[in-house]
Amino acid sequence: MDFASTIQIALRALLRNKSRSILTMLGIIIGVGAVIAMIGIGQGAAQTVQKEIATLGSNMLFITPGSSTRGGLRIGWGSTKSLVTADVAAIRRQCPAVIAVAAGTQTTAQIVYEGENWGTRVIGTTPEYFDIRTWPFQSGTSFTSDDVTTAANVAVIGETVRKNLFASTNPIGKKIRVGDLPFLIVGVLVAKGQSAALSEDQDDTIIAPLTTVQKKITGQPWLRFAMASAGSRSGSYTAQAQIGALLRERHRLRAGQADDFVVRNLADIADVASEASKVMTVLLGSIGGVSLFVGGLGIMNIMLVSVTERTREIGIRIAIGATEGDVQRQFLIEAVAISLLGGLIGILAGIGSSFVISSTAGWPVAVSVTAIAIAALVSIAIGVFFGYYPAQKAAGLDPIEALRYE
Amino acid sequence: MASIAPEFSATDAESGAAVLRVEELHKYYQMGENRVHALRGVDLEIKRGEFVAIMGASGSGKSTFMNILGCLDKPSAGRYFLEGTDVAALDKTQLAGIRNRKIGFVFQGFNLLARTTALENTELPTLYARIDKTERRERALESLRLVGLGERTDHFPSQLSGGQQQRVAIARALVNRPSILLADEPTGNLDSRTAVEVMEIFQTLNEKGLTIILVTHETDIANFARRSIVFRDGTIRRDELMAKRSVAAEVIRTIPRLED
Repeated sequence: MDFASTIQIALRALLRNKSRSILTMLGIIIGVGAVIAMIGIGQGAAQTVQKEIATLGSNMLFITPGSSTRGGLRIGWGSTKSLVTADVAAIRRQCPAVIAVAAGTQTTAQIVYEGENWGTRVIGTTPEYFDIRTWPFQSGTSFTSDDVTTAANVAVIGETVRKNLFASTNPIGKKIRVGDLPFLIVGVLVAKGQSAALSEDQDDTIIAPLTTVQKKITGQPWLRFAMASAGSRSGSYTAQAQIGALLRERHRLRAGQADDFVVRNLADIADVASEASKVMTVLLGSIGGVSLFVGGLGIMNIMLVSVTERTREIGIRIAIGATEGDVQRQFLIEAVAISLLGGLIGILAGIGSSFVISSTAGWPVAVSVTAIAIAALVSIAIGVFFGYYPAQKAAGLDPIEALRYE
Repeated sequence: MASIAPEFSATDAESGAAVLRVEELHKYYQMGENRVHALRGVDLEIKRGEFVAIMGASGSGKSTFMNILGCLDKPSAGRYFLEGTDVAALDKTQLAGIRNRKIGFVFQGFNLLARTTALENTELPTLYARIDKTERRERALESLRLVGLGERTDHFPSQLSGGQQQRVAIARALVNRPSILLADEPTGNLDSRTAVEVMEIFQTLNEKGLTIILVTHETDIANFARRSIVFRDGTIRRDELMAKRSVAAEVIRTIPRLED
């Protein structure tokens, strides 16, 4: 029998038992739907983590002074005065794996431009900061090393600050006040957006020379943080070790004494994130696999019932000239039709539910074409695998017995 | 009745040639400990254009014989030639081809596919013969016209009377233009008038050249054939030409129509 007629016969057989066919498909629908949704959400999450890390700066190391303990009270990171400008200068000189390093301090201040005012984060740092964070300018430029040396009153602003203070006017060359001090704006940074990891708006900031902030705003000569970049991912681990060793030496820490600083490697964060999503994928994938297997067993069960119910029909077909191959193909295609149809519905259900989850839970979704293609192929494979035995049974029927079957 | 397809009419060269021949045919069944000897050496030759009735009590071996003739079963010993081909030498796929193209089956219980129209039922053998779609349809319609069912082609079996269902079954048996028509108790489920109507179709087809083998246990149905063969205990007990043959077209006038 030709292929088109076989498919037509298979579909008609399925339509005759609509509710049974749909119930049989349910296992496959749930299995495929779960896998598609899981992959969609998992990949969306992974992409978000990657994007996050990219906005923070690639191959970046984040150095902060350690927490201090005063009378049993542990105060958060950055609360000690252990990290100083000289440490950063030493890192620059003595750590070959470090390509660039920037010292930094941070405070908050109210800034004013004409009638507008805005409370924001003030970062004091050196020009390397923008390279380490791979943060380009939408207009203007960075302040210079000379500005740092002379503690000049110049500043770079983030997109959020620009929106709130300037609206449509060009901020370059304008004077703003930070507290009582006037600052000349030399550059506006490109928007980086919200960082979920830091739960802060990265663009809500104004960045000025380190010395200016230290001397004229905070009055604190120590640092709140330092940032360093390494040339590569593997280089970042070397740099992490070099910085750690150097700071222990400079801070005169004896063996056994805890670090009074923290060096965090963004590559670690990325690894943890991808490890977590890998575990997630394996776990959810096996749940999907089990439902697909159970769904396949359901198909086999129903196909066996169908072969028994249609024994007489099979006998008639053999009597009028169907070969074993014809009968086998007919039932195999019926099984594949159930599982493929179930798979297609499952794909739609999976896409649908991942969008529902993403909109309610706020997780991003990446619908993967590869996952869809694989799901469709797996559905076909399940139909063939679980339909083979019933089809074989149908093809092997003795026509004389089958014609007598009531 | 519509015109008969030329394939059924024997040409001069072929007429009288054996369409099937069996030699020393045996069939055993193993039933647990016992070996049942269903056929004990059957020799028979049927020529093109014959209309043979096979009779016998149940257990006489006639059903086994029919199954072997229809290539649904294989003999334990002996030879079966269908149009000169030794059927025993064929594999399963080739046997399916023989059932499909050389043999037309008509059963007692009609054996139509449910929820499948008369036309589609008739078409079924052409599907397995891999005939193309337009010709399939043409042949099925022609077959249905041949049995007097030109109109009700889109009816389901459940919407047809027993006689009409058996006509569809006959149309299906004829659609691939077989060499022989094997009918196993084709009138067993029909009332007497409808039974004679079916016999009328058979006689007409036979007159046009179709070879028909009819299994029945009713003598008055067997009387419509030209030759009668009686089976008993796995052998042919009697093989003779029908002395007083009934003509269905005449008999039908003597049977009152059943009013409902």
